[in-house]
Amino acid sequence: MTQWIEIGTLDDIPRLGSRVVRTAAGDIAVFRANDDEVFALDDRCPHKGGPLSQGIVHNKRVTCPLHNFVIELKSGEAVAPDQGCTRAHPTKVENGVVWLSLRQAAPAAAE
Amino acid sequence: MLEKINKQKLVVIGNGMAGIRTVETLLERAPDLYDITVFGSEPYGNYNRILLSPVLSGEKSVDDIMLNTEQWYDDNNISLRKGETVVMIDRRTCEVVTAEGARVPYDRLLIATGSNPIILPIPGKDLPGVIGFRDIHDVNSMVEASNSRKHAVVIGGGLLGLEAANGLMKRGMNVTVVHLLDCLMERQLDPVASGMLRKSLEERGMVFKMPAQTQAILGDDHVTAVRLADGSELPADLVVMAVGIRPNIEVARKAGIHCERGIVVSDTMQTYDGRIYAVGECVQHRRQTYGLVAPLFDQAKVCANQLAMKGFASYPGSVVSTKLKVTGIDLFSAGDFAPGADKEEVVMQDAARGVYKRIVLRDKKIVGAVLYGDTVDGPWYFQHLRDGTDISQMRERLVFGAANLGDGGHAGQNSAATMSDEAEICGCNGVCKGTIVKAIMEKKLFTIDDVRAHTKASSSCGSCTGLVEQVLAFTLGGDYSTAPKIKPMCKCTDHSHDDARRVIIEQQLKTIPDVMKFMDWKTDNGCHSCRPALNYYLLATWPGEYRDDQQSRYINERVHANIQKDGTYSVVPRMWGGVTTPGELRAIADVADKFKIPTVKVTGGQRIDLLGVKKEDLPAVWADLNDAGMVSGHAYAKGLRTVKTCVGSEWCRFGTQDSTGLGIKIEKFMWGSWTPAKVKLAVSGCPRNCAEATCKDVGVICVDSGYEIHFAGAAGLHIKGTEFLAKAATEDETLEVICALTQLYREQGWYLERMYKWCDRVGLDAIRKQVVDDMANRKALFGRFSYSQQFSQSDPWAERAQRGVDRNEFVPLAELELA
Repeated sequence: MTQWIEIGTLDDIPRLGSRVVRTAAGDIAVFRANDDEVFALDDRCPHKGGPLSQGIVHNKRVTCPLHNFVIELKSGEAVAPDQGCTRAHPTKVENGVVWLSLRQAAPAAAE
Repeated sequence: MLEKINKQKLVVIGNGMAGIRTVETLLERAPDLYDITVFGSEPYGNYNRILLSPVLSGEKSVDDIMLNTEQWYDDNNISLRKGETVVMIDRRTCEVVTAEGARVPYDRLLIATGSNPIILPIPGKDLPGVIGFRDIHDVNSMVEASNSRKHAVVIGGGLLGLEAANGLMKRGMNVTVVHLLDCLMERQLDPVASGMLRKSLEERGMVFKMPAQTQAILGDDHVTAVRLADGSELPADLVVMAVGIRPNIEVARKAGIHCERGIVVSDTMQTYDGRIYAVGECVQHRRQTYGLVAPLFDQAKVCANQLAMKGFASYPGSVVSTKLKVTGIDLFSAGDFAPGADKEEVVMQDAARGVYKRIVLRDKKIVGAVLYGDTVDGPWYFQHLRDGTDISQMRERLVFGAANLGDGGHAGQNSAATMSDEAEICGCNGVCKGTIVKAIMEKKLFTIDDVRAHTKASSSCGSCTGLVEQVLAFTLGGDYSTAPKIKPMCKCTDHSHDDARRVIIEQQLKTIPDVMKFMDWKTDNGCHSCRPALNYYLLATWPGEYRDDQQSRYINERVHANIQKDGTYSVVPRMWGGVTTPGELRAIADVADKFKIPTVKVTGGQRIDLLGVKKEDLPAVWADLNDAGMVSGHAYAKGLRTVKTCVGSEWCRFGTQDSTGLGIKIEKFMWGSWTPAKVKLAVSGCPRNCAEATCKDVGVICVDSGYEIHFAGAAGLHIKGTEFLAKAATEDETLEVICALTQLYREQGWYLERMYKWCDRVGLDAIRKQVVDDMANRKALFGRFSYSQQFSQSDPWAERAQRGVDRNEFVPLAELELA
């Protein structure tokens, strides 16, 4: 069952921009596309860990500020020919309020 | 089903590189427009014909050179009829007819029948053992012959003939090349380079008979010898005719389509029958036929655009370059190098090193180049040739190549062919030669952009572009596509930077979406490459009017600090002219302590860098620095960075003028201005030049009688001394000239184009004329610069630290407790 967390309002995120949500497991980058669709990704580029939240957003993609990897906002996949994937998290917008559901990492092996 | 019926039918005659590249591009542009049928006489999928030579020499296998497998045709719902030959086009009923009599209707027809080898009309030409060098079948015949037979004669000393001869020699045959003229590869080489090539092939064991004419091929049931016009006979178990190719226009000609040497097409790749298109070697365009791959791909792109009914592209013809695919021989030729009264030549020859370079000039421009032995600069010359660059400024050093003009970057290494697979080619991204070769082969890459996208080689600083092009040329054999002459801004548009700048002014466009709409952008909201460029162009064109779009700014300019590899930022306060005070230093020390800033470093521009600041701390760090009177140093900006100075006449016993004071004055006047790329200045108090002013974007050298103004230097990726611009008598005049120069650069420069690159592009004389000679124009430029400055000189740190601008940028949206 999906657990939704309220993280703010749509107006808090600039169009074609992003904001960061801090969690104990690391930052989540929340993006707002030009048509107000909202996406959330782990704030780490699969290439060298660059903060995707600081990149330029275009056509439902974001370009990492460190080395220009381009990542699909919906899937977290790098746009070919680059390869790699960062974790995507479900989001929804209701009445101008943005909700996030954190997808957990695969459970770590018991120590 | 209904949809299927409504689709138009596209029939392609010819399953080669040009036809299939057209289909591939068409599928990208309009995937559902056509039902596609492809006829190919050969029993294979589409393969890379230019790599037949390495297959012959045993360096590659047939599988290595397949471009499209049969699976690909299935996946794209293309009906491939391989081994079927179209013998007739019925233009009345719009059908093609195969040799077996099958009729297939078309709405649009694409003829891509390529070319056939020319077979000399001499006795014995039809004997078994006499072949051309054109397809996999020919290669197989040659390989077979080399297994059991000894003597091969290749007729024709052109590119194809020599590659065939080399391949057969590698397969262990004794090879004699018979050539009609006394100059090998006469269409690509001059006699000197041709002689060097001959010598080096002879050293490998190849035998030449030239000039010599073949009179007959002898033998009863198989070839046994070749007789020359002088009566001598050469023993031969195999004869390869490689005297040239002829466009294969048979089927078109029979259908009454206008043909001359090739099928005549317009700039949109249409034949005289508007439903019928043609691309590739079978085509004649503006009286020209092509036998290399790069032009074919240009044609394919235009043709696909037409077929996709997006008819905005047209084909203007191609300039081509050639490289011989013989391992270990470096040879490059491009353009027109036939002697002529209106041409001049720059020649360098070093017989001992086996190096020869000949650059042919006309009207201060490169029109041709022949390189032998050292071809690393081939692509560089070729680029200048296509761009029509005025080379008078670099003429005296031109022949030594890009590296000697400070334009190369990669010292020492200049021959990709001799490098090992482990040798690093791209130092920025750590890409070695083997990786690039592998990517070219496996991912079927043809252009430098493809290689950049797949391997990242030459995608950062770009100084290894020449080497990467060499690897590409070496792997593909020189038929690769080079960058187009007029470069589109990025993949979002076909328009150039100049187009965008012009349209913004002509159409009075004032927002990024307006520009994209007017110029028919291909993407909804651009990309990380075009949006910052358009944002700058609008800002520079409409000062005070255009509202800066923060989301189209690179992060550094959006948050007024420099992002570091770990996502923290660095902060550089301005130190006017490199001068600081105990108070400022104390404030910097306090900030470093208070915010636990890990690294404090002196920069190359005479300031102090605070590294490792967390993003959320930035406003508070700025507030403290502001309190001590410091403002942003714009160390992150495509804009005015620093004015480096020496101490000048105030202290120095050699100083002629107050260089420090002038530097501060310039910096105070110019700070905050946005420019196409960063601008660094320096002022030296005497010709000893301690401020290193002669490698800056703009440098001032003080002399006793005034101020020498220099510009267009660089000391980074490229090293380049400045050019002298003007001499000024007073500080005010100096400032006026520098501001006018900067304004011209602001108005003409392409985004990310440094001042020295801009100067290369538009020419030193043109700049001098507008900034120095034309007094009224200088005043006007200075006026526009000053006007624009009133809107840009507001400290971005104070705006954010004290007035809460962009507050959201620096705080998280939310902080969640749970993991």
